[in-house]
Amino acid sequence: MDIFLQQTVNALALGGTYALLALGLAVVFSIMGLINFAHGELMTIAGYVLMYCGIAGVSFVVAVPLALMASVIAAVLMERIAFRPVRNGSGATMLVTSFAVAMILQVLFQNLISTRSQPVLLPAMLSDSVHIAGMVIGVNKLAAIIATVVMLVFLDWFMKHQKTGIAMRAAAEDFAVARLMGIRANTVIAGAFALSGLLAGVAAVLWVSQRASVDPLMGFMPVLKAFIAAILGGLGSLRGAVAGGFLLGFIEIYLSAFLPPEMQEFREPIGLGIVVLVLLFRPNGLIPSATLKAEKV
Amino acid sequence: MQPLLSAHDLHVSYGAVKAVRGVNFEIRQGEIVAFLGANGAGKSSIMNAITGLVPTSSGQVKFEGRDITGAAPETLAPSGLTLSPEGRRVFGTLSVADNLRMGAFALNDKAALETAYKRVYDLFPILLERKDQYAGTLSGGQQQMLAVGRALMSNPRVLLLDEPSLGLAPLIVDQIFDLILKLRDQGVTLLVVEQNVAKTLQVADRAYVLVNGAVVEQGKPAELTASGTMQDAYLGAN
Repeated sequence: MDIFLQQTVNALALGGTYALLALGLAVVFSIMGLINFAHGELMTIAGYVLMYCGIAGVSFVVAVPLALMASVIAAVLMERIAFRPVRNGSGATMLVTSFAVAMILQVLFQNLISTRSQPVLLPAMLSDSVHIAGMVIGVNKLAAIIATVVMLVFLDWFMKHQKTGIAMRAAAEDFAVARLMGIRANTVIAGAFALSGLLAGVAAVLWVSQRASVDPLMGFMPVLKAFIAAILGGLGSLRGAVAGGFLLGFIEIYLSAFLPPEMQEFREPIGLGIVVLVLLFRPNGLIPSATLKAEKV
Repeated sequence: MQPLLSAHDLHVSYGAVKAVRGVNFEIRQGEIVAFLGANGAGKSSIMNAITGLVPTSSGQVKFEGRDITGAAPETLAPSGLTLSPEGRRVFGTLSVADNLRMGAFALNDKAALETAYKRVYDLFPILLERKDQYAGTLSGGQQQMLAVGRALMSNPRVLLLDEPSLGLAPLIVDQIFDLILKLRDQGVTLLVVEQNVAKTLQVADRAYVLVNGAVVEQGKPAELTASGTMQDAYLGAN
């Protein structure tokens, strides 16, 4: 039972990180119909900012906001430079553009920083653990869960009560009519990218806190997982992205904890098999987007 | 007097298909003007071209003497011209109040916003009753009221109504036409596209009859009914 609870905490921490990443993908997809595979590179950028701050002796409390700021700015620049020119292109055009952006950034990281994994100095406190109800929980895991909850509450408030957030929901449902109301296309799209950058930045801080290192390809795997989570939850649906992220986190952690050792090498295929099984019964995902069929930009 | 809204030799094409071929019209302050014609006559295309939802192939649209041809749709509502689109297209996943809030997107002044809400809620008390409900859960008639209310939130001087009575129960249709007259009394100039010809001719000051994307006749309702062009326009005698 103790092990089970312990693993549940781990699953919440990992699932929360996936949920934040999947949300970042979903926010952009719901508005422009673009799956931004360069989302992972936003994470990597935030990771490198943490690394350089550590080297420069900047305190972690200052480094985190700097990392978040960097990924937000990078996301907005990405939209402005790479995605705005192809905004009216087909879904395939935008998808290929996002791969191109991802690869260009990876090569830049490799050439300008290092091809190898670099250590990130983290406050010692993060690797401590606390005792709660008989469980030993890593501070980094606890921080991940708290950060996820804070971000989800913030996002919910933003999308429900802030004019820009409401406008983003309106644009996701019917972009043409939203523009007719005087909602500027550039503003909502830049807003969506900024929000996705913030989510990627938070996810990066959580991700790096678990691994204490950063490498040029760091963003690829988690974003691939987040993409699976977003599909699992229902592409374009924000609630779905959260549900899918958590479910994927639970599947991965429970499999690695409770699958017999001789089966462990089949962990990934079994996990993906479960995802396929869920999609067989719910082809549009756990919580399908109400406006998936709506015309995109 | 200079017309409030006018078009000169307006053309709209969808690929090889020419939907609007050289349409001219003028709408003056305080008028109710109708565009009539069968399905595919180009009425909605004209509306969409005015508001920048579809590109204009050639020609010019002027609003208050200013050239607005090809202007981005988001610039029009703040300048006093807006459209209540065909099929209502309310934001179903937003509450009624949030739909209205979006209609007044450019408005940041709190007092002006309150005035705009009050005007819409006075016109449509049912929307006040349902203000926290998702717009998608409203009936067709209520959604139409919301679509018009949302357009009114930007306090337009010219309101384009595209098929406001489409798919509504006869009783609601009457309310919609009463509303058109009421809005004119409030100083709104209206351009209406409608399938319900009889009712439209009762409220309109002038109408343009369209066939295959071109204006075949225009005039006061009485003149149009007398000339017989109307029958030809709908029955395809040309």
